[in-house]
Amino acid sequence: MATSTGRVTGTARDRAAGADGARGRGRPKKAGPVRRSMSQHWYAWAMVAPVVVVTAALIGWPLVRGVYLSLTDATEATMGRTIGVNVIPSTYGFTGLDNYVDILTSGLFWDKLIWTVVWTVACVGLHYGLGLGLALLLNRKMRLRSVYRLMLILPWAIPSFVAAFIWRYLYNSDYGVINAMLKAAGLGAVGWLDDPTTAKLAVIAVNVWVGVPFMMVAMLGGLQSIPGELYEAAEVDGATPWQRFRHITVPGLRIVSSTVVLLGTIWTFNMFPLIFLITGGGPGSSTEILVTYAYREAFTGIRNYSGSAAWGVIILLLLVVMALVYRRALRKQGEVW
Amino acid sequence: MSTATAGPARRRRARSREERGIGSSILLHGTLIVASLIALFPIVWLVLTSLKPRDGWLSSELKFFDNSSLDNYTRVLTETQFPNWLLNSVIIAGLTTVIGVFLASTTGYAISRFRFPGYRGVMWMLLITQMFPVAILIVPLYNLMAGLGLLNQIPGLVIAYMTVAVPFCAWMMKGYFDSIPREIDQAGMIDGLTPFGTFWRVILPLARPSIAVTAFYSFMTAWGEVAYASVFMTGEETRTLAAGLQQFVGQHWSDWGLLTASAVLIALPAAVVFLLVQRHLVAGLTAGATKS
Repeated sequence: MATSTGRVTGTARDRAAGADGARGRGRPKKAGPVRRSMSQHWYAWAMVAPVVVVTAALIGWPLVRGVYLSLTDATEATMGRTIGVNVIPSTYGFTGLDNYVDILTSGLFWDKLIWTVVWTVACVGLHYGLGLGLALLLNRKMRLRSVYRLMLILPWAIPSFVAAFIWRYLYNSDYGVINAMLKAAGLGAVGWLDDPTTAKLAVIAVNVWVGVPFMMVAMLGGLQSIPGELYEAAEVDGATPWQRFRHITVPGLRIVSSTVVLLGTIWTFNMFPLIFLITGGGPGSSTEILVTYAYREAFTGIRNYSGSAAWGVIILLLLVVMALVYRRALRKQGEVW
Repeated sequence: MSTATAGPARRRRARSREERGIGSSILLHGTLIVASLIALFPIVWLVLTSLKPRDGWLSSELKFFDNSSLDNYTRVLTETQFPNWLLNSVIIAGLTTVIGVFLASTTGYAISRFRFPGYRGVMWMLLITQMFPVAILIVPLYNLMAGLGLLNQIPGLVIAYMTVAVPFCAWMMKGYFDSIPREIDQAGMIDGLTPFGTFWRVILPLARPSIAVTAFYSFMTAWGEVAYASVFMTGEETRTLAAGLQQFVGQHWSDWGLLTASAVLIALPAAVVFLLVQRHLVAGLTAGATKS
């Protein structure tokens, strides 16, 4: 779906991109008649074809169907199915925007939205800040550097569902080591996952633990790709460490940063396994982010397929808007696409 | 940090920025040690707990060792479906990775190098599909799989994972190809290679570490996926690890001994592979034959 619109507008925009002096290789700026553009671009199209086809079939079609479902009252009970040889036809019908109205007028949605935003901002901020900080430390020559790097990367090597289980055990109020340590220090035990506030802090902490290594490695890669001559020159010119950081490191990291922050935001926003496996959304539904809630709608109790699909559409729209804003911000700074 | 020592003319460039006073050295190492401890502790505790006897996890006291035994491991491997789940996970994640990388590599190259009509469309498609919340695709895919009789089947879950793996791999590889200087392609083209030839003979070999990294990422993603796996694979024997492990610590019955032992068994190979490729994890992000 995105492709088709992309192709139509692509031609005009492509010209604009070329005129921007994009990092492109100066492909001719005018996409002429169909034939000319075919002969110029057929290999590029052939190269992207597999992904476009797979995406259209596996994502495009289900997406269309999901959007359609969100406009109906489909639940497990009304969905057609086949039991043995008996085919039970679907009985759900088109209800327009009812699902959306229900969701947007419920306080629940706004609660979940606020928590999801808090969760995303807190996690990505901490990921990025800690990741960059550790990368800066690791980017120096020192003893044991590779040992530190190895240890700091390890949480990343642990699959996230395993990490979720580990932490759930650490947080366990009766047998968890965190409470054992608190007790050993003479403090009372805390029911980490039983209270909304501590449960929220707990899941954020786990996500930070899981996510920092990725940021750290990405930032380290970025730091190492900044030519040393720049620092040399700055030093010759008498720049202070802060000035070197501000005027060489920060701009040098911009491209890496913009990508990983965007990806990190999307991943965190949609971070399903940690919350699902650690708290199951509880206590109550206090740690439930939008995605886990939509999942719960779809697959627990009487499966509310249409409601869940509507939640999905809303989440997607939120993310698309966010990406648009983000891209606009990047563009102002001269990013190409 | 190092300004104090930077005074006298140093000819070697690295010197002045890398000399530290003792105080800042302690601070540096101290910070890194604390961070490393935080990173390591949960893993260490997991291993220690898994080595405790059957009911060792029930102790509320802080004990590092407690009659170490491999009891939990033998139970996991012989009394549960764990080996089945492991096999399923390996097959599914492996297939997902191979197919995903294969489909995505040319696309990554095309969007890294060419500006063609539809370029923006493809970029947007890749970006937006990264954002797809599980919630929006899972129901239609579930119904689709049910219709095709692919629930509880390995191909069904692999297809579902394609929705994540393909755009992700393409996006990653674009980033990697971007870091390979264009002069190299141009050299290839001047030598008379077609764009495909350049890609296949010149760029792909250069990008091998990056491809390994991408493959690794997508393997890990499929390996650790929970939402699709929990819904699509419900048969006792067809579960993947991520879905299966939930059985050990359910609402009514939990056995952290089993869980910790199987977590170690899962994390160990992952960590080993990880350590083998970790050099490329950084190198891949900044790969390139010549500095441009």
